[in-house]
Amino acid sequence: MTQSIPITVTVNEKEYKREVEPRLLLSDFLRHELGLTGTHVGCEHGVCGACTILFEGESVRSCLMFAVQTNAHNITTVEGLAKDKDNLHPLQQSFWEAHGLQCGYCTPGILMTLIPFLKQTPDPTEDEIRHALSGNLCRCTGYQHIVDAVKLAAEKMK
Amino acid sequence: MKPAPFEYYALASLEPALDLMSQYAGEAKILAGGQSLVPAMNFRIVQPSVLIDLNQVPELSYIREDENVIRIGAMTRERQLEFNPLISRWMPLLVEAAPHIAHPQIRNRGTIGGSIVNADPAAELPVLMLALSARLKTKSVSGERWIDAQDFFMGMFTTALEPDEILVEIELPASPPRTGWSFMEVAPRAGDYALMGVAALVTLDENKKCERAKLVYLNAGEGPVEAKESQKLLIGESVSDVLIEAAASKASETEINPFGNIHASPEFQKHLANVLTKKALKQATQRAEEILQ
Repeated sequence: MTQSIPITVTVNEKEYKREVEPRLLLSDFLRHELGLTGTHVGCEHGVCGACTILFEGESVRSCLMFAVQTNAHNITTVEGLAKDKDNLHPLQQSFWEAHGLQCGYCTPGILMTLIPFLKQTPDPTEDEIRHALSGNLCRCTGYQHIVDAVKLAAEKMK
Repeated sequence: MKPAPFEYYALASLEPALDLMSQYAGEAKILAGGQSLVPAMNFRIVQPSVLIDLNQVPELSYIREDENVIRIGAMTRERQLEFNPLISRWMPLLVEAAPHIAHPQIRNRGTIGGSIVNADPAAELPVLMLALSARLKTKSVSGERWIDAQDFFMGMFTTALEPDEILVEIELPASPPRTGWSFMEVAPRAGDYALMGVAALVTLDENKKCERAKLVYLNAGEGPVEAKESQKLLIGESVSDVLIEAAASKASETEINPFGNIHASPEFQKHLANVLTKKALKQATQRAEEILQ
């Protein structure tokens, strides 16, 4: 018999109540159940970083958690960054201005990795930025413009 | 859905988890950080019929100072090793090694106990447990026991845990005075599985002779590999460049047994072990000398 477990989870400051099968991955829950398709799914085994979200403010892989584990917890996805399409988060604005993306597939995961990173490291060196990005694969850019975007974001967010 | 179906239990304390482990011994898996288990479940390499989630058990998450030991709850996140003041004060080897454990996103979830129990030969924590002479406390419905790290790792992804046992605590003795440390690894990218890595500890006596040494390798065999003969070479001696050279040759040529993978042949891994051992022993000795001054 399939188990179905009620959960209440806060995503981008909005509360959702759902019933989930325990094996439902958090990444699939966000996309398929809540329609928050900004969180992208790449490798589904924790290597590519595309599905990175914030769980209680810390960056985690949403493909390596089950939705049922988020009961009574707070989640932020890329949709939670900008107030609206005309008011991007300074980090998003920097990626736009510095051409920090091409196809954009990896971008949501990279942004969600960088939010806590820039909080902890408000004035990062290039080496620190590259280290922080090591858990996120980008197959288009060669990372140079991403690094530029992070430097710009650090300036903007000071 | 990626993983096969399972029955899920999220518990608020350890006792009921022990009952479930006894009831479902062999069928149940503990869900700790899930950073190795969930990928394996997503690939359906692992299909546990019961998953016991310990993430809501607060009694398993702590770092405490006790008489001459540091105690770490098994569910403590790996990320804590980078920021905890007790770890920074007493366990510099862990502080140095922690950033090498995968990526921050993984360390935010991954637990210290989980990585130890997973016993991946390429993982850092089993190596660190052996280097630091950890004792591991396990519990089951029939009671608790302590296992020395050197008896805990039995081989590839295999430990001395019984099917109904749960690892609950890691006890790390304070290093003897005048102990220098070093952790080094070579990985294709920061955070990737390392091709080779070594944890080194060198304790000097007051005359700058080596009193105690530890050399433990990752990705060098079926589990964490301690180079016992190379360690012996150092004891009672001044740690000179010549001696370091001899220890590195012995360890890399005769004591480790790397299997090779698509990134590196066994010969290349041995070469890396040789180079890393020399660098790590030098650094550990230098740090011990600095403490001595």
